[in-house]
Amino acid sequence: MAKVKTLDDLKRMREGLQSKISLREKSDHPEKIVQIKVSMATCGIASGAKETMTYLIEELDNRAVEAVVTQTGCMGYCHSEPTIEVHVPGTDPVVYGDVDIKKAEEIITKHIIGGELVDGIIPAAYKTPNEHRNEK
Amino acid sequence: MAKYNNHILVCGGTGCRASRGEEIVANLKQAVADNSLEDQIQVVRTGCFGFCEKGPIVKMIPDNTFYVHVTPEDAGEIISEHLVKGRKVNRLLYIDPETSEHISDSRHMEFYKKQIRIALRNCGFINPENIDEYVARDGYAALGKVLSEMTPEEAIKIIKDSGLRGRGGGGFPTGLKWEITNKVKGDVKYVVCNADEGDPGAFMDRSILEGDPHSVLEAMAICGYCIGGSHGLIYIRAEYPLAIQRLKIAIDQARSLGVLGKDIFGTGFSFDVELRYGAGAFVCGEETALIHSMEGLRGEPTVKPPFPSVSGYKGKPTNVNNVETFANIPVIINKGSDWFSSIGTEKSKGTKVFALAGKINNVGLIEVPMGITLREVIFDIGGGIKDGKKFKSVQTGGPSGGCLTEKHLDIPIDYDSLLACGSMMGSGGMIVMDEDDCMVSVAKFYLDFTVEESCGKCAPCRIGNKRLYEILDKITKGNATEEDLGILRNLANVIKDTSLCGLGQTSPNPVLSTMDNFMHEYLAHVKDGKCPAGQCKDLMMYVIDPVACVGCTLCARVCPVDAISGDKKQPHIIDTSICIKCGACMAKCKFNAISIQ
Repeated sequence: MAKVKTLDDLKRMREGLQSKISLREKSDHPEKIVQIKVSMATCGIASGAKETMTYLIEELDNRAVEAVVTQTGCMGYCHSEPTIEVHVPGTDPVVYGDVDIKKAEEIITKHIIGGELVDGIIPAAYKTPNEHRNEK
Repeated sequence: MAKYNNHILVCGGTGCRASRGEEIVANLKQAVADNSLEDQIQVVRTGCFGFCEKGPIVKMIPDNTFYVHVTPEDAGEIISEHLVKGRKVNRLLYIDPETSEHISDSRHMEFYKKQIRIALRNCGFINPENIDEYVARDGYAALGKVLSEMTPEEAIKIIKDSGLRGRGGGGFPTGLKWEITNKVKGDVKYVVCNADEGDPGAFMDRSILEGDPHSVLEAMAICGYCIGGSHGLIYIRAEYPLAIQRLKIAIDQARSLGVLGKDIFGTGFSFDVELRYGAGAFVCGEETALIHSMEGLRGEPTVKPPFPSVSGYKGKPTNVNNVETFANIPVIINKGSDWFSSIGTEKSKGTKVFALAGKINNVGLIEVPMGITLREVIFDIGGGIKDGKKFKSVQTGGPSGGCLTEKHLDIPIDYDSLLACGSMMGSGGMIVMDEDDCMVSVAKFYLDFTVEESCGKCAPCRIGNKRLYEILDKITKGNATEEDLGILRNLANVIKDTSLCGLGQTSPNPVLSTMDNFMHEYLAHVKDGKCPAGQCKDLMMYVIDPVACVGCTLCARVCPVDAISGDKKQPHIIDTSICIKCGACMAKCKFNAISIQ
């Protein structure tokens, strides 16, 4: 192990190491940061969800976006795999279908950083019986 | 460097390890390998999560799922369900006792909601055997800051302004102690960490050393700089093998990183730490006895003054602080005294770690802001009394503390309020008792402990505590008179006033506080020859109600000493001269015909 000789050495070392535990720190307050869920059932994985997920994690990290990317089970949109759910704090969660790496890049640039929705949203037109009742 | 998408944190505290925690780690790693996920999932052994009642605990990052009572056999399912298929393993989730709902995120559990973690900030979060993770959590930044940017006096001022007081029990202002040791002239000065945690049921210091050893090392180096010393000693009991092992690893790593040793941060300041093992004597938690023990002498206290700050280890100025006190220091330096003093009460700042034990639902380790009430700790965080029984008393401060009752539940906890009601903060043990606990027996239990642990140097403690114990024993056997109660109280006060060290000065506290708060129980033993809680065997008599007894003969068959006789379908009788009061008959009776009188 190289010795730290100055406070600046330590600071540099810390910056390099931060990524080791940043995932744990982020998970202490997930509601304050961007949360992305990647549907990782068999259909999702077969359609490339793993590649999408790896890309999302790396690209968000490269652009220093505070985000947590987790895998989840089947969302039911097997026709549009890979599907991901994007939840930017303060807004409603949005589900995108057919998210390949190109689409993922667009979502990061335009939706997560730019704040505008992009094409490919799976309309969440369904409502649960409870919601209907509440509206009446 | 591999970038992990998931971290699996497994509790590596002594408690969870005893429940096969190591096997869980091994099986999780195996299951990760079986699924070829080594480059995506990291299994980390951390320090104590605190929720020991529910251990072993496994926490999934980043979605914060908190699995409880995990066994090594569950490892495969956790990986294949949670990580491969993205479904939570419901049967391993915590169930809220109030609503019976599954709670997956620990942040939503009552146990964690009211906690603020400062001293335990890294416990259950980092791998204590990896200095990189400590550095990533701002580790050694406080040391670097103090050495490079501050004079010792400036650093002491921050600690003084923060209002931090000794967490070992006494509550002496830490900054003031450092200032005194700083001002004493001496060629060599020592920094001593008191890790001789001796209170029954207390495990705060052990958990900090097991879960975050570097925070203590860093704080000791800061203290060394502030007082002008370059030698650190940790006095730790040999019964803490895991804490010792992790400390040794931490010291080695800190040396190779250059944050311990010579010329730290290129400032010319040198500091190193050695371990000293104690044999587990309670009195060695008293600082003068501790110092003698480290010198190779008998662990006996001496009169203060001179205080260790003036003449301590090998006659040199020595600053002794407790583990938890040290663990607070780096955060105070990093975040400032204003931040720290904004937490807590007027005279007690910051947080306190407590070990919850006894008849409480959520046994474990908690850290709460000073000023929280006992009610919040016991009923909100602790989840109330086991088996729906009634709360009777809570013992704080270990053998030196006192028993508090229902009427004290709403007092804000701090050093001074606990002293005012006849107990003390102590190191943070908190033992909860229910209606089945006999308070005379509780006092007797603690006296038994102090008699055993008294070093024997001064007469009040050596002889007096023994006499206290004998009187208590007499009471529990039903042989005492009211006059004995007077003697008991008098003697307790004399021991308190005349003993040499903290052990004897506080050992009568359990007697005095139970006499103050539960006099009716003492009187019941003495006057009526009865133990209201039904614990003192000599005062109990099992009797069969002839009306309720149907003569099923079940009790007679389970009685191990054949004390029960009676014909079939006729009421049975217990011969009290043979009965050993084991209670087996009462447990078996289906007609509630047997009672204690």
